[in-house]
Amino acid sequence: MIELENVAYSYSGEALFSDISLTLAPGSFHFLTGPSGAGKTTFLKLCYGALLPSSGQMRLFGEDLRAMDRDAVAMARRKIGVVHQDCQFLDHLPLSENVALPVSVTGQGSTDQTENLRELMTWVGLTGRSDARPPELSGGERQRAALARALIMSPDVILADEPTGNVDWDMSQRLLRLLVELNKMGKTVVIATHDLGLIRAAKAQVQARVLRIANRTLQTAGADL
Amino acid sequence: MTRWFDTAMLRAVLARDASADRVVPPEGFTVRLTLFTAAAMAFLAVFALALSLAAGRLATSWGEELARASTIRISAPRDQMAEQTAAALRVLEQTPGVREARALSPDEQRALLQPWFGPDLPLDQLPVPQLIEVIEAEDGYDSEGLRLRLQAEVPGAVLDEHTRWRRPLVEAAGRLRTLGWVSMALIAAATGAMVTLAANAALAANAQVIAVLRLVGATDGYIASAFVRRFTLRTLAGAAAGAALGLGALLIMPGGGDTGGILTGLRLQGWHWMLPLLVPPLAALVAFLATAHASKRVLEGLT
Ligand SMILES: Nc1ncnc2c1ncn2[C@@H]1O[C@H](COP(=O)(O)OP(=O)(O)OP(=O)(O)O)[C@@H](O)[C@H]1O
Ligand SMILES: [Mg+2]
Repeated sequence: MIELENVAYSYSGEALFSDISLTLAPGSFHFLTGPSGAGKTTFLKLCYGALLPSSGQMRLFGEDLRAMDRDAVAMARRKIGVVHQDCQFLDHLPLSENVALPVSVTGQGSTDQTENLRELMTWVGLTGRSDARPPELSGGERQRAALARALIMSPDVILADEPTGNVDWDMSQRLLRLLVELNKMGKTVVIATHDLGLIRAAKAQVQARVLRIANRTLQTAGADL
Repeated sequence: MTRWFDTAMLRAVLARDASADRVVPPEGFTVRLTLFTAAAMAFLAVFALALSLAAGRLATSWGEELARASTIRISAPRDQMAEQTAAALRVLEQTPGVREARALSPDEQRALLQPWFGPDLPLDQLPVPQLIEVIEAEDGYDSEGLRLRLQAEVPGAVLDEHTRWRRPLVEAAGRLRTLGWVSMALIAAATGAMVTLAANAALAANAQVIAVLRLVGATDGYIASAFVRRFTLRTLAGAAAGAALGLGALLIMPGGGDTGGILTGLRLQGWHWMLPLLVPPLAALVAFLATAHASKRVLEGLT
């Protein structure tokens, strides 16, 4: 799905991390941890083509990221559902349209999709808020809405940056279960989080690998978790 | 920036995609400003057009009159008439700047006089002067010199140059026509600049919208079409209103007929009334190109 080969990235000057080689295989489940500012968000941005690696090679769905034009990147993003750390929405549209936005921009709305939308909204517990504008939502509601938007296109890869940072434990378990279900259907899942409890809970349900960004590189965390 | 005209964009703009229209928030103030400016520009364009066409008509008709501006009238006793006419024609033939000189036939003279004296005029029994029509070449002739020669060789001849004074006016009318076309080109350029500014402002104001759309997999074409469509349609609507007002204003201008100059002849004539109808679509085309260019430039600067 997504392959990194000796990838390094630096915003300016010193490299944030370097020499990362990793393959996110179909059906794999990864957690990404590391101290604040280590580069988790940056790593995910590389994975959905928002940043180009400073050196090394990146392949999205078998295509070299450097060789992809802007439309090719847009097409790849339709197969990648992203939950951002700072969830951004179109503030003038109601929540339901925001969640369905990936569908509208690809111009393939169907009754199938409407059914999808209802189910998703129910799962993330936002049915009652579907007519609210995004600025009226709480932090946790925004996160849940962002997750729903990331999943609406039934993407092959799900990249979630702190998807449970603002929700209570029960809700985070509920969201995790949703992601685990999707993973069992064959989706690739990457979750960046500080929440060790969440990682432990996931390990009970699914075979998850834990990656840790520290000392400017990516390590596979030990089995002690 | 290889292609200046993006057909895929044109198709996206023409296809009614309601969702693309909704993703960009409505902005009342920019809408009104764009509408107003497009209307004002179209109004001015209609007048510049009318001015150019009127000046062109004037230059052409005056120019034609100028070419046949002169006549020579020969008043002589009947037995000398033929001789003096021949002498005058000879003089004219030798005058540089005269393209053609021709004595009017009795029939033509009768036709000229008919409005005043009726059809049964016995021309051959009246001391009617013989007329010679002089058609000048491009540069004209030296009228003082011709007058002197005629005086010497054809005592009964009078050179009559009734419209020569218009020559500088014809030149002025020609210049005025050029100015009119230059004004229209400037109006088109200003419309393009105005739309570019408005589109840039809209793109900047909607940076977050664009970022969100990019992240959920919208192509540049989809994002741009939302803006391009909006500005193209606004400009079309504004320009249609402005052109309609301009046409209305032209309609209530008094029509001067043939005698009118530039002031009274501003009304359009015949099929020229169709030309202002081209102003709104042309304005829309300018808006389309300007917005497509602006949004392409802005979007290519993003990740
Ligand atoms: N656009 C940018 N330009 C320059 N530096 C940046 C930019 N974005 C992030 N950084 C820096 O890069 C480093 C890594 O940022 P990143 O957001 O990837 O960290 P993170 O691991 O996601 O942190 P957190 O856990 O707090 O979300 C930080 O030191 C940050 O200040
Ligand atoms: Mg982060």
